[in-house]
Amino acid sequence: MEVTVTINGDSHSHDVEPRTLLVHYIRDVVGLTGTNIGCDTSSCGACTIHVNGESVKSCTMLAVQADGQDLLTIEGLADGDVLHPMQESFRQCHALQCGYCTPGMVMAAVSLLDENPDPTEREVRIGLEGNLCRCTGYHNIVKAVLHCAEASS
Amino acid sequence: MIPAAFDYIRAGSAEEALAALAEHGDEAKLLAGGHSLLPLMKLRLSTPAVLVDIGRLDDLSYINDAGDHLAIGALTRHRDLEISEVVQSQAGLLAEATSHVGDPQVRHRGTIGGSIAHGDPASDLPSVMLAMRATLVARGPGGEREIAVDDFFTGFLETALGDDELLTEIRVPKMPDATWGFQKFNRRAQDWAIVGVSAIVDNGNAGVGLVNMDSIPVRAAGVEAALAGGASAADAAEAAAEGTNPPSDLNAGPEYREHLARVLTRRALEAAGR
Repeated sequence: MEVTVTINGDSHSHDVEPRTLLVHYIRDVVGLTGTNIGCDTSSCGACTIHVNGESVKSCTMLAVQADGQDLLTIEGLADGDVLHPMQESFRQCHALQCGYCTPGMVMAAVSLLDENPDPTEREVRIGLEGNLCRCTGYHNIVKAVLHCAEASS
Repeated sequence: MIPAAFDYIRAGSAEEALAALAEHGDEAKLLAGGHSLLPLMKLRLSTPAVLVDIGRLDDLSYINDAGDHLAIGALTRHRDLEISEVVQSQAGLLAEATSHVGDPQVRHRGTIGGSIAHGDPASDLPSVMLAMRATLVARGPGGEREIAVDDFFTGFLETALGDDELLTEIRVPKMPDATWGFQKFNRRAQDWAIVGVSAIVDNGNAGVGLVNMDSIPVRAAGVEAALAGGASAADAAEAAAEGTNPPSDLNAGPEYREHLARVLTRRALEAAGR
């Protein structure tokens, strides 16, 4: 089935099998491998992208469901060499260890601040409940999100 | 993990969805947000031959004040319910429980109708439907019919919906003055409840629904009866596990679930001011 999506501002059209998961389409067909596959069971959030501006787990969506939608992946966040404020905050606060959860964590965090620009620490922790860090590096991740919120206000 | 192959039909209207169901019968499954169905399909626990995508039927996504009840379109997303002012003020229990479904990513895609039609006893929202005595509206080839929530859940992941029917609307009685409590016990933030309780008290009438205490979502009828008889929250909560048949899994056995049901029911009732 023909699918046309906008990813990071660019239009992509491909013929895909209906059972193709969105994350496989993004990684294997379009070739954007910044979005990781972690648990593959909608638990870990490593595959989080934005669909029409909201965080979504791309392992739990079919590519055909994304037809005509506007997608944003981690590759589309920075403006050229200038990191997105959330990426910059993650760097400054050392909010990554192995880095595997980071793309999904950053995408979830950006969506969280879009919905709640001035969260408390508890709201950040609850707001990131859909993302697991296997290094358990949550302390600095929460710090980075709060830092980004503060820097943006 | 990749689902087994299926034919994909994208419905442009409820009528098109019903026509597809009429043609393909029990070989077809409806796809709304997909956050219950797709995980099962990836595990090959569900292998529908035809998937009818109703995710774009925007006319089934709404929250209307309909006098004595809220009329909620089946395709209304959890996120939209959670932040809806009218849901917060008229059905606060529903808004609160919805904010505990899955995680933000799940709530951006998942729908109230999908969650209820899935009929999972471990889901949060069926317990709210039971506590608030909601009515489910189904549309089929013969038109629309209303189904009382007590008649809706018929077996494990089975409901009163026919193979040729579509859940279109959820009618939740408005209870602006009600007091309520929602309790969900799990080990990790985003997990399903090991046991959960929805309790609401409106004009002295109590409704209590249980999560994960049987093969279907069940009402804590013993608790409701005890409260109607004037029992305290602590005494009424002792009846929470009566008549249930809790599942056993890696997280808990039946006895522990029964204990949780009593404790969580007491806490929910106390939060509801009983």
